[in-house]
Amino acid sequence: MRHIISIKDFEKRDIETLLDRAEAIDAGTYDRHALDDRILGVLFFEPSTRTRMSFEAAMARLGGTSIDMGGVEASSVVKGETLADTIRVVSGYADAIVLRHPKEGAARLAAEFSSVPVLNAGDGAGQHPSQTLIDLYTIRQAMPLDRIDVGLLGDLRYGRTAHSLAYALTEFNVTIHTLAPQSLEMPPNVMEGLKDRGVEVVRHDDIEEFTASLDVMYVTRIQRERFPDTASYYAVASSYRVTPELLERAREQMIVLHPLPRVDEIDPGVDALPHARYFEQARNGIPIRMALLLGVIG
Amino acid sequence: MSGEPRCLQISPIRNGTVIDHITPGEAFNVLRILGITGTTEERLSVATNVVSRKSERKDIVKIENRELRKQEVDRIALIAPNATINIIRNYLVCDKKGVEIPEILRGVIRCPNPGCITNTREPVQSRFEVTAKGLHCLYCDWYLTEDIAGHII
Ligand SMILES: [Zn+2]
Repeated sequence: MRHIISIKDFEKRDIETLLDRAEAIDAGTYDRHALDDRILGVLFFEPSTRTRMSFEAAMARLGGTSIDMGGVEASSVVKGETLADTIRVVSGYADAIVLRHPKEGAARLAAEFSSVPVLNAGDGAGQHPSQTLIDLYTIRQAMPLDRIDVGLLGDLRYGRTAHSLAYALTEFNVTIHTLAPQSLEMPPNVMEGLKDRGVEVVRHDDIEEFTASLDVMYVTRIQRERFPDTASYYAVASSYRVTPELLERAREQMIVLHPLPRVDEIDPGVDALPHARYFEQARNGIPIRMALLLGVIG
Repeated sequence: MSGEPRCLQISPIRNGTVIDHITPGEAFNVLRILGITGTTEERLSVATNVVSRKSERKDIVKIENRELRKQEVDRIALIAPNATINIIRNYLVCDKKGVEIPEILRGVIRCPNPGCITNTREPVQSRFEVTAKGLHCLYCDWYLTEDIAGHII
């Protein structure tokens, strides 16, 4: 039995196999009845409608069924049941569990108590491995994951998607570039972890120079609540805004990714440019999650 | 040091444990780890900043009528890696062991991450891997690099 807890559990070869499988699925090469008699237990302890819908859609495309516990308010969680107990019960009903939980490490704990594979769909500020696989897949659709410059822009302090993407990229031959507001820079331990793994990290403070250096620009949302007041948020946010004018400086093949939802960090004018790949990225959630489901219960 | 008279700073004990070569200043943390507070009943002697031949200075803790358990020794290792544990029976050292930091610490450290699942009511013990970079929470992935004593359960 294989759990999907953290991108750190994946080696380069595992990632490549999974992306290849997703590519085949995308091309229509898959058995629509592969999971006909399989049931996915959907345990979302905090709302994340899109992640949930994409897992359910992936399951349905392979012929499987999803069951869920309803809203957290309606479930036994309000009665004070532990996650460990919920997992022990639901793993008796389902062939795999997809878990979203507000606490970091929840998925590892769940895996210890589950008799079926657990797929982590985000635990607190911790891991969200399927998102990272989607990001890698979207990059690979545009260019080889080799000798490329990948820039991370926005909230790099709390942005877990940026951390895990950076971590996964260390398996490949890339240079990582960062640009973040001072208070939202990449935490030193993450920086150090990347350097330990032998990847070059270049810090920028000029967005134009940053933009011109990249093959991939990965934008994350800067959250208003990280700032003391609205004015200071706008002051920072406006200097981290990706606009069509800014992208005139970009390499021709450069792609812009964003895990979505976006707020103000990407100008809607960018959507029509060939650089914009964030909607494809969102759509790629389906083949990646289908590949993951086939991998654990196929 | 040659001019100083050599006196025994604390007297020997009949039965119990002597923890020697504690990192100077850590004796009180050692007591805290062992659950010994002002209200517990152990008879103990604490010596701090004793001049030793081996190292410059050290702390010593003597606890009467108590032999330390393995898990307690593991905890001491975290804050006093050079400590030695002497089990005393009838004034004789019956067992002398160095402390050794285990590879995995179970239920010893409280995770500094307030959002960590191990800081909730779940039926699990915390689990930390001891690495060169610090103690690594195997649930939430955080690293504990400073004030380890303050996070010992
Ligand atoms: Zn933790």
